[in-house]
Amino acid sequence: MEFKLPQEDLEQFNRRLAIAGGFVLVCFVLLFARFFWLQVIQHDYYKTRADDNRISLVPIVPNRGLIVDRHGVVLARNYSAYTLEITPSQVPDLEATIDALAEFITIEAKDRKRFKKLLEESKRFDSLPIRTRLSDEEVARFIARRYRFPGVEIKARLFRQYPKGAFASHVLGYIGRITERDLAKIEEREQEANYRGTEHFGKTGLEQHYEFELHGTTGFEQVEVDAAGRPVRTLARTAPIPGNNLTLTLDAKLQEIAEQAFGNRRGALVAIEPATGGILALVSVPNYDPNLFVDGIALVDWKELNESPDKPMVNRALNGAYPPGSTFKPFMALAALHTGKRRPEQAIADPGFFVFGNHTFRDDKKGGHGLVDMYKSIVVSCDTYYYQLANDMGIEAIAAFMGELGLGSKTGIDIEGEAEGVLPSPAWKKKRFKRPEQQKWYAGETISIGIGQGYNAYTPIQLAQAVATLANDGVMFRPHLVQYITDTKTGERRYIEPQPIKKLPWKQEHIDIIKRAMVGVNKEGTGARAFAGAEYVAAGKTGTAQVFSYKGVEHKTETMAAHLRDHALYIAFAPADKPKIALAILVENGGFGAQAAAPIARQVFDYYLLGKLPQGAAPADEAATESGE
Amino acid sequence: MIRALWQKLIAPIDLPLMGFTGLLLLVALIAMASASPERMAAQLMNLAVALVVMRIVAQIPPPRLMRLALPIYLAGLLLLIAVALFGDISKGARRWLNLGFMRIQPSELMKIAMPLMLAWYFQKREGMLRLKDYLFAALILGVPVALIMKQPDLGTAILVLAAGFYVIFLAGLPWKVILGLAAAALAAAPFAWHLLHDYQRQRILMLLDPEKDPLGKGFHIIQSTIAIGSGGILGKGWGQGTQAQLEFIPERHTDFIFAVWSEEFGLLGNLVLLILYALLIGRGLLIASQAATLFARLLAGAITLIFFTYAFVNMGMVSGILPVVGVPLPFISYGGTALVTLCLGIGILMSIHKNRMLVQK
Repeated sequence: MEFKLPQEDLEQFNRRLAIAGGFVLVCFVLLFARFFWLQVIQHDYYKTRADDNRISLVPIVPNRGLIVDRHGVVLARNYSAYTLEITPSQVPDLEATIDALAEFITIEAKDRKRFKKLLEESKRFDSLPIRTRLSDEEVARFIARRYRFPGVEIKARLFRQYPKGAFASHVLGYIGRITERDLAKIEEREQEANYRGTEHFGKTGLEQHYEFELHGTTGFEQVEVDAAGRPVRTLARTAPIPGNNLTLTLDAKLQEIAEQAFGNRRGALVAIEPATGGILALVSVPNYDPNLFVDGIALVDWKELNESPDKPMVNRALNGAYPPGSTFKPFMALAALHTGKRRPEQAIADPGFFVFGNHTFRDDKKGGHGLVDMYKSIVVSCDTYYYQLANDMGIEAIAAFMGELGLGSKTGIDIEGEAEGVLPSPAWKKKRFKRPEQQKWYAGETISIGIGQGYNAYTPIQLAQAVATLANDGVMFRPHLVQYITDTKTGERRYIEPQPIKKLPWKQEHIDIIKRAMVGVNKEGTGARAFAGAEYVAAGKTGTAQVFSYKGVEHKTETMAAHLRDHALYIAFAPADKPKIALAILVENGGFGAQAAAPIARQVFDYYLLGKLPQGAAPADEAATESGE
Repeated sequence: MIRALWQKLIAPIDLPLMGFTGLLLLVALIAMASASPERMAAQLMNLAVALVVMRIVAQIPPPRLMRLALPIYLAGLLLLIAVALFGDISKGARRWLNLGFMRIQPSELMKIAMPLMLAWYFQKREGMLRLKDYLFAALILGVPVALIMKQPDLGTAILVLAAGFYVIFLAGLPWKVILGLAAAALAAAPFAWHLLHDYQRQRILMLLDPEKDPLGKGFHIIQSTIAIGSGGILGKGWGQGTQAQLEFIPERHTDFIFAVWSEEFGLLGNLVLLILYALLIGRGLLIASQAATLFARLLAGAITLIFFTYAFVNMGMVSGILPVVGVPLPFISYGGTALVTLCLGIGILMSIHKNRMLVQK
């Protein structure tokens, strides 16, 4: 260097250097303050965030409770199977992915349709099954190609299975994938946490009513996951508690015999143990196979079930309201005794018709039944007797008595969707109709009420409850399907409804008169043919309900279109002196109750009381035995 | 014999500077072993190369460095222009120049070439500085910075700009000019905003509200601040950082390695790191103040302040007080180029220190 630095410049440089040093210090202090803020003051917050990052709660869905009949026969259970599932949000082109999968795994058109339906109902980040119940070979084939299919997984899942297929389907109901409506129910019960991971929910029948018993308690696994969401290790595990098991009052074998007794006819049967209200059989035929619904029903199947003229999805035993026809008569007679309108020996001379004003109400038997007392009125099912009786009692008295018996109101059975039916009364009419002239009750309308026609409309379960109450001498139970619930955790059994709900204030002598007449029906009356040679004494009453009124025009049942034929009904209990079983049967468009319905009762009683299995089929006997039910 | 060789080998080494650097490199190895043990071998190789470069540079006397200043600068400028014309595009930016046998990033070279050039320029103008000399210096600085920014590479542009600015500042840029520039910069900020690339704006917006896009662009900052914050005072322990080990921290062996260190060693570890940097910078500033020539003083001061800039920008970014720009944590982030550049700087400082008495004698 050729010249010396001016001292001034050196000083300026050192000053600038000091300023820079000061700046560095300030910046470092600033950084330290930031670290202090994050690591000391906000530490708890960030600690939680870090844990939230790494710890993922994975729900473990509990096994759904089993449903078994009173003898332990399994009616609903679970099995494990592999499903092929797609998470739509992780798959850019669903169609192409499914096509590619279809190259080595059978994916039918109905699988695609079902998947599409699920897709519409679910959120994009749910994992949805494209195929269920994969074979081991299919699983192996997929695993070999897995790398090509991000967002597609094989999962082992528990499936609900109804081993008997199309059997007692209206009792058991079915489960299906959770929908918005189900979610609302879950929220109402504050069960959201417990349903994390659950994909199915009871939709109908017992599966629906006892959903929260059957579901169980969801377990949780605390899993440490990495940034990509891959599980690294399990930190803690709370085991799930399986759902509670339901033991039914239902007798599966009895149910099977009853269902088969219907053949391919439509109808309903409800059999009740009078002393407990426990339902022994609850039939609504045709059935459907609840297994179809479990992993999302295929559109074709749904269409077929929904559009069938036989309406298999309707639970006739609970939802169908039918005129009781002549099965109403024993209750009318009991009402007459109870209210003192008739003495049993009081007889009428039956001309075969009853005139009220300018209208003639006919008996089915031309020329009438002759001299008819109460016993005979039930045994031969004399209409004229009941036209007069109804007229003498008046609608209010009838409605009051029948209402006490539970007719026209829900029985409270442990399945949802029960219909109320119609208990006709002036009050009901006023509520039901809008125009004033329709709202008025006409005395003439009371007449046909007496034979179970007119506005009368009751569900088979109501009729069964009424006959069971009669059989049980006026002690009434709420009909129920579940005998007890077994708590899987404690093994404790919780019994359902062991107590009667009320005792009707009937006189025992009145009850006995009616029972004796109903025994007479099966001995010498309209039920005699069906119960010929029975080794027990059964009490019953046949009934035939008009599908619509013929206005007194002569008609021949055999020549009519099937869907216009009368409904056949039958109520009964046995043994008459100590009833173990009471039932109500309805055969839609079956014609006469004596021909179509009573033989079903015979088969059911034979099995339940004697353990006798029916000899082949052919319950219907073409030759009409009796007229005028 | 061996002893004599060793003596010769360590002769140009400044022990305090070597010590602080060594401790920082130790921190680097500890952090790297936790963040990315599979890269340890490669990083040790990089380190070896960097130390050799440092040792070689340490014995180049400042006058010779001075003679290299202009050619290196011009070469760097030409390469930058070449990049702008024929560069390879990688990750949306044109930064690389393919020479056939290797790919180079000329902007890296500028980090050293810039202070070297400006120090040389001010040495030439010593004693007769006028305002127009500062203008010319600004031009020397501005052209490469503009080219780098155009690539676009905001991180490197800032570092080069800072390096050049430090030289001009230390050379005595009048305060009124500095204040005027600051005022002008503030006024121009809204216009500059429009000149920024979309992704650069995104990063600045991110800083203001990282939670707005927690899985997208804000993810880096959120995860690194969670890592730092959850570390607490003493940290989670080496290899125990869940954010680091479970890969929630992005780029955890390069730009975000500080989050790994911070999570596992806590506030205490951060303090150690800050002190080490402060000591290194302090030593560098001392060397600058004792240097023999204006060139040496300016160069030493600027290099030292670049170390600071690297450290501050990186830690500020990772802890969420500065926008995300691609600046590594000096001596600690994985990567050969940065380590070699930094050790080259250390080598220059050592050379300046060893030669402080030569002229004054």
